[in-house]
Amino acid sequence: MAALTETRRRRRPQFWRGAVALIAGLYFLGPMLLSVIFTVDVPGEGLTLGAYTGIVGTEGFASSLRLTLELAAATVAAVLLLLVPALVAVRLTAPRLRALVEIVCSLPLVVPAVALTAGINSVLRWGPDHLSHTPFFQTINAIQDPGFPVVLVLAYVLMALPLAYRTLDSGLRALDLATLVEAARSCGANWPRAVVQVVLPNLRGALLNTAFLTLALVLGEFTVASILGYMPFAVWIYSIGNSQAQTSVAVSVLSLLLTWALLLILAAAGRGRPSRTPRRSAAAPAPTAQEIP
Amino acid sequence: MTTAPAATPSPTAGPSPEGAGGAGAAVAPPHTRPAARGGRPRAAGWLAVLPLLLFVAVVFGLPAVAIALGAFTTSADAPGGAQWTTANLSSSVHGAYLTALVGSVKLSALTAFIGVVLGLPLAHAVTTSRFRALREAVLAASGVLANFGGVPLAFAFVATLGNAGELTRRLHLSDHGWSLYTFSGLTLVYLYFLVPLMVLTITPALEGLRKQWREAAQNNGATTAQYWRHVALPILTPSLLGGFVLLFGSAFAAYATAAAMVGSSVPLITLQIADALSGNVLVGQGNVALALSLDMIVIAGLVMAVYVPLQRRSARWLR
Repeated sequence: MAALTETRRRRRPQFWRGAVALIAGLYFLGPMLLSVIFTVDVPGEGLTLGAYTGIVGTEGFASSLRLTLELAAATVAAVLLLLVPALVAVRLTAPRLRALVEIVCSLPLVVPAVALTAGINSVLRWGPDHLSHTPFFQTINAIQDPGFPVVLVLAYVLMALPLAYRTLDSGLRALDLATLVEAARSCGANWPRAVVQVVLPNLRGALLNTAFLTLALVLGEFTVASILGYMPFAVWIYSIGNSQAQTSVAVSVLSLLLTWALLLILAAAGRGRPSRTPRRSAAAPAPTAQEIP
Repeated sequence: MTTAPAATPSPTAGPSPEGAGGAGAAVAPPHTRPAARGGRPRAAGWLAVLPLLLFVAVVFGLPAVAIALGAFTTSADAPGGAQWTTANLSSSVHGAYLTALVGSVKLSALTAFIGVVLGLPLAHAVTTSRFRALREAVLAASGVLANFGGVPLAFAFVATLGNAGELTRRLHLSDHGWSLYTFSGLTLVYLYFLVPLMVLTITPALEGLRKQWREAAQNNGATTAQYWRHVALPILTPSLLGGFVLLFGSAFAAYATAAAMVGSSVPLITLQIADALSGNVLVGQGNVALALSLDMIVIAGLVMAVYVPLQRRSARWLR
């Protein structure tokens, strides 16, 4: 009897498990597959790769991609430069500041991107309206340079802060930072050396995570850039959507695959490590040396 | 992971006992605060935090002040110049703007509810799966999909279910009254990033459900339904509510997907704000966008105010 109920209990979950997997698979993979079909199976032309080969030649592709990559590099650098020293310092020397830093980094969650853009837009308009005789006017003009709009970097850093904070903080939580630094210090390392040569290498996973997530945010960002009138990659995709449907979907698919590849690498790197290290703890130096590149 | 740097000091261990203070520090138990030993003055901690605080104060503070001021003043191009007023706020909750606000709230509530209802079984199937690789893959994919909104998502769905989309053409869905550019079409698309977000949010809570609790319930004669009703769901309730609130906030703030897909055929507050910012308003009404932004911030703030305590509460069971 016990065996009977056991098998019955086990079989039913298997069934609903399969159903859940099937529905989820159809829903999440379907649009991707059908988008690819949409781009290669053009009505009236048959199977063609024209949508993909035509991407590079399409007007605005190179400039928008370059702008996005530059913005992404600047944003990632700024996020790391602002957050890493602050979080390390908070853990080591000023634990009381931690709550403040956490609140400050979570603040952007309360302001949706559209609202932030509305605010930024109206700050930028103060320039000509009120500040035209002060040096602030030049600053406001300079950050709106269409070649490299610093204002977008500022907005993206702000939008990336909550996620970047949580990622870095969970990375730091996994370290016994005080002991690490103490060990380094008692071996004669000065403070900068202890941080750069001991703390940062141990944080590599969290740093990479943060960088990738920020990168993904900038690659896909549309709201702020489109409302403020700049043309990075996502806005460009949208702008060709009406005239060249096939090409725009093809670029969407490619940018998606790129983002996926980036984030999957990151997920694999982030997940693999903690579970692997304890098993190999005896041989810890070896994998560390391998992982350095 | 921590073993690697601990191993490196061994060659240089010799010089460290030179100073008596240094030796004392090395022996001190790890939980004593390094700052207390004068390794680095507390001021340095402040110094490292200062750039971050300054950045947020300026880049977040200025737009916030601009919204707060602008929402309560007439715009500069209005007759009579800028004056204090509550007209922006009151027009932001009347007429077309009210329709958009209600539309946003309805869409967010509906998608968040469906997201919770669909995300829970999916997350449960994943967490209890025997295949570790599948579990890792689904969680990684959820992380990707939850961050994947915007233009590419909209275009993928347009290519699939839009007017000229593959499924629409092949199954002649238009003849059955299907259109992607509606409230229900938008719901379908939003779930694409909301369900994975729910999976990510609820998975830690599901992993916190101990096998022993289920066994204890079964030993006392409980059926699966009873176990879920009296044991699992009460424990999960804060996490589920927290997930709902998070999904609501995420759907409420979404702009790019809707803008790229439906234009303005579905009234949403984010679309209205963007419209107003692009100058599609009457002269002197420019600050209505700021009032609408203030409305959004109030709602998003309420969402966070509900979410944070719920998350704290659900964390209690996850130790």
